[in-house]
Amino acid sequence: MTESITNSRVFKGLAKFGLPRIIIAAFFLLLLFGTAVLDLGVTSALGNCISRWGMYGILALAMVPSVQCGVGLNFGISLGITTGLLGGLISIQLDIANNPALVAISPTFAVLAAFLAAILMACFFAAVLGYFYGLLLNQVKGSEMTVTTYIGFSMIAFMNIMWTVLPFKSGTLIYPNAGRGIRNQVSLDSSYKGAISNILKFKIGSMTVSTGLILFFLFMCLIVWLFMRSKTGLAMSAVGANPMFARAAGINTNKMRLVGTMFSTVLAAVGIITYSQEYGFFQMYNAPQMMGFISAAAVLIGGASPKRATIFNVLLGTFLFQGIMALGLPVANQLFPGTSLSEILRILISNGIILYALAQTKGGGSRE
Amino acid sequence: MNKNTNLIKRITQMIFDSKVTILFLLLFIIAAIISGKSLTFIIPELFTRIARNGFLILSLIIPILAGMGLNFGIVIGAMAAQISLFITIYWGLTGISGFLITALLALPIAAFLGTLVGRLFNQMKGSEMIGGLVLGYFADGFYWLLFLFVFGGVIAFDNSKLMIASDASAYNPVSINTAVRCVAVFCLALTLLLAAARKAKHLAVPVKTLAIKCGLAVFVLVLTFIPQLEPFLSHSTVTNGIGVKNSIDLMGIYKYALDTVPMIKIAEYGFYIYIIFSLVSLVMKMIYRQKIHWKSVVIKTVIVCGAYALTFIPAVDEFMRRDKVYLITVVDVLLPFTFGWQAAKWFNARFIEKKSWNWHRAVLPVAGAAVVYLVSFIPSVYKAFQLTQIPVMTYLCIGGVCLLNNGLMKTKLGQDMRTVGQDRTVANAAGIDVDKTRIIAMVFSTVLAAWGQLIYLQNLGTMQTFGHTMVAQYAIAALLVGGASVNKATNRQALLGVFLFHALFVVAAPAIKVLLGGDAGAIEEYFRAFVSYGVIALALALHAWKKKAAK
Repeated sequence: MTESITNSRVFKGLAKFGLPRIIIAAFFLLLLFGTAVLDLGVTSALGNCISRWGMYGILALAMVPSVQCGVGLNFGISLGITTGLLGGLISIQLDIANNPALVAISPTFAVLAAFLAAILMACFFAAVLGYFYGLLLNQVKGSEMTVTTYIGFSMIAFMNIMWTVLPFKSGTLIYPNAGRGIRNQVSLDSSYKGAISNILKFKIGSMTVSTGLILFFLFMCLIVWLFMRSKTGLAMSAVGANPMFARAAGINTNKMRLVGTMFSTVLAAVGIITYSQEYGFFQMYNAPQMMGFISAAAVLIGGASPKRATIFNVLLGTFLFQGIMALGLPVANQLFPGTSLSEILRILISNGIILYALAQTKGGGSRE
Repeated sequence: MNKNTNLIKRITQMIFDSKVTILFLLLFIIAAIISGKSLTFIIPELFTRIARNGFLILSLIIPILAGMGLNFGIVIGAMAAQISLFITIYWGLTGISGFLITALLALPIAAFLGTLVGRLFNQMKGSEMIGGLVLGYFADGFYWLLFLFVFGGVIAFDNSKLMIASDASAYNPVSINTAVRCVAVFCLALTLLLAAARKAKHLAVPVKTLAIKCGLAVFVLVLTFIPQLEPFLSHSTVTNGIGVKNSIDLMGIYKYALDTVPMIKIAEYGFYIYIIFSLVSLVMKMIYRQKIHWKSVVIKTVIVCGAYALTFIPAVDEFMRRDKVYLITVVDVLLPFTFGWQAAKWFNARFIEKKSWNWHRAVLPVAGAAVVYLVSFIPSVYKAFQLTQIPVMTYLCIGGVCLLNNGLMKTKLGQDMRTVGQDRTVANAAGIDVDKTRIIAMVFSTVLAAWGQLIYLQNLGTMQTFGHTMVAQYAIAALLVGGASVNKATNRQALLGVFLFHALFVVAAPAIKVLLGGDAGAIEEYFRAFVSYGVIALALALHAWKKKAAK
């Protein structure tokens, strides 16, 4: 009897899907059910899920190149995030969104131009920083995860000092009169809030769908997908899967790791700008510190491992994880008023899944 | 000639090996000059911070020797400390006795959590460090659940000074008594169920550990029925709100509880403890029919009694009624003491054990003590030393951990840890239970970290309920500054590290203020975070680099 169950196709399919994913998907459905039962507005909650999916998607996507090239989970995407913030801030400082010449063509065009300028500058900074970061990571093979975490943390702390002392002048950026440095939250209202989110935005009842955001996210996925299938991308995956074999096949492993790291950093920079234009604010200072953990958790929930990650992992994982976050908040507030259970939930899920993944890929037993 | 080049080579190697330390020393000197602060400001502040943080940093050493790297899991020990601190404050305990009860309560909590951490780390050998870091954040989730929801929301705490004032009418919390009973019954049922499952699978059931676990659960269950304990396990289901306040003032509760223990009390209780300890050890030896060295027992007892008798001399008594000594007194005593100690060692080696005596090892301590003594004649230093007060009990605790770290390595367990740390395969072949040894190392570290956090909090005077997240980061950065690495650390490096790391931060805030003008509050915090993260990143990168080069 038990054997027939374990041999059945459904069971095998579920086993392949993995226990953590089953639990998390079940939890997601439970929350959806809870939202419906408590009458908290299923449609608007689903709209919320979709917009969060688009917001966090590209940041989670940044994990794919780094995992595939063998660097592993890149907890140091905070490097890319800070360069993204820097590009975004410069674009606001230059006030491209309100440039008379561009506004004369069309106000929407000006906003888009500002957004693109931010992304281009951020990509440039991210590529330069990612290059040096990749060089460093080539020197610390085998301990990347610990090193990347602390490089990321120290970068955040370093940029915190920079945010305080850099000579930005624009009134939307810096604290008014007495304060020093850039605001904790920089509002994007007067620049490129919703630059791509507002494209083709539509509403069904109380559900708002930011079509532009989702399309942009899917477009970035397509780029990464195509890249991973290019000659460079395949060579990169080979390095990640088996460095010795790759070297024997004549692939420059260090170069491939460098490319993967740079690509990951650039994606993170694009990701934070996309995130912020939907959110409406740049969150400065320590806000992006845990972003690396959240992104890593998302791909891991999607079924990735520290050695292998696919676009599908990103799509599924980000949707499940961010879906739980989006649905969890109203449900938890309804059931347990006056507590911050949904925030606690985020911490437990994101760090729990990383611990699970680490425990699965143990370096060796006591009897090696 | 050859000898000379060798010496130069060794010196350059030594400088290269301690580059992080030297970098910090330079940074400190530059920052001290910029800040324009005098030694009378720096030195007292520095010694306060060493007393505060020394214990925590020393708790990192055992796992490093056991090959588990820098233990980012000590933050879990800190959580255990804060949980027990909250409970004993709720019980209304104060002073040194309350503090000791808190430490006693933190022991089983930290030991239990330590075994869990150790078990998890055994699942991820080789990535303990990143695992420990993520585990810290993960455990934070549970800690927040406990302090923001369970305390007040599930278990009633009737104290408006501790709880966040909020409307709790939507909740029906149970009394502490009920909660403890539920947990005890749950644990009992779980243990028995697991044992039954093992039995059903025809696996061996460890009867002894099973009996201990069940006995503990029943013991706790019985405790809840003792009427005398009712004030502690109140039946009240009234709660003042959901969640614990952000910061709890320890003024008048535990502030300086340990720092202000008078020396005379230490001597008195130390004497009693020694007598009891030696009596117990004598009885044990008699029971197990081991040989007793009567001569050494008598000599030791006479010395201890004599020392204790000295405290009855009025002048000594007067001196020992204080709880702090001036640094200048310590420095004055240090030189003759070091001479005496080395002479005693020489005497012991030459005439009692008849071994050759290695004078090289005596040069450094004697020279060090002499230099410190000479430096204290510089007027500004003399003034600073005169102003600096040292809390005796806290420093004795720090010394105690140093002795524990050293003493443990001389036991069988410590040697096992060393072997496991060097090579797990060899250790396993030699018949050492690798996993168990690693768990024990983790338990030691977690318990010590819990006590370290208690010492830190009693000196600081306020408990930031959610302010423990950086404990591991700062402690590890300090240890690395002292020249330790991922697989090698000594007490001396830990002490040097805490000295230099905190020396920099004592002068960093005023230096930044001078450089940038105006308010430096936020920048100082960022700078401190940057330096500690940067040091950790640097040390980890250098270690990985070296490992790669060695391959």
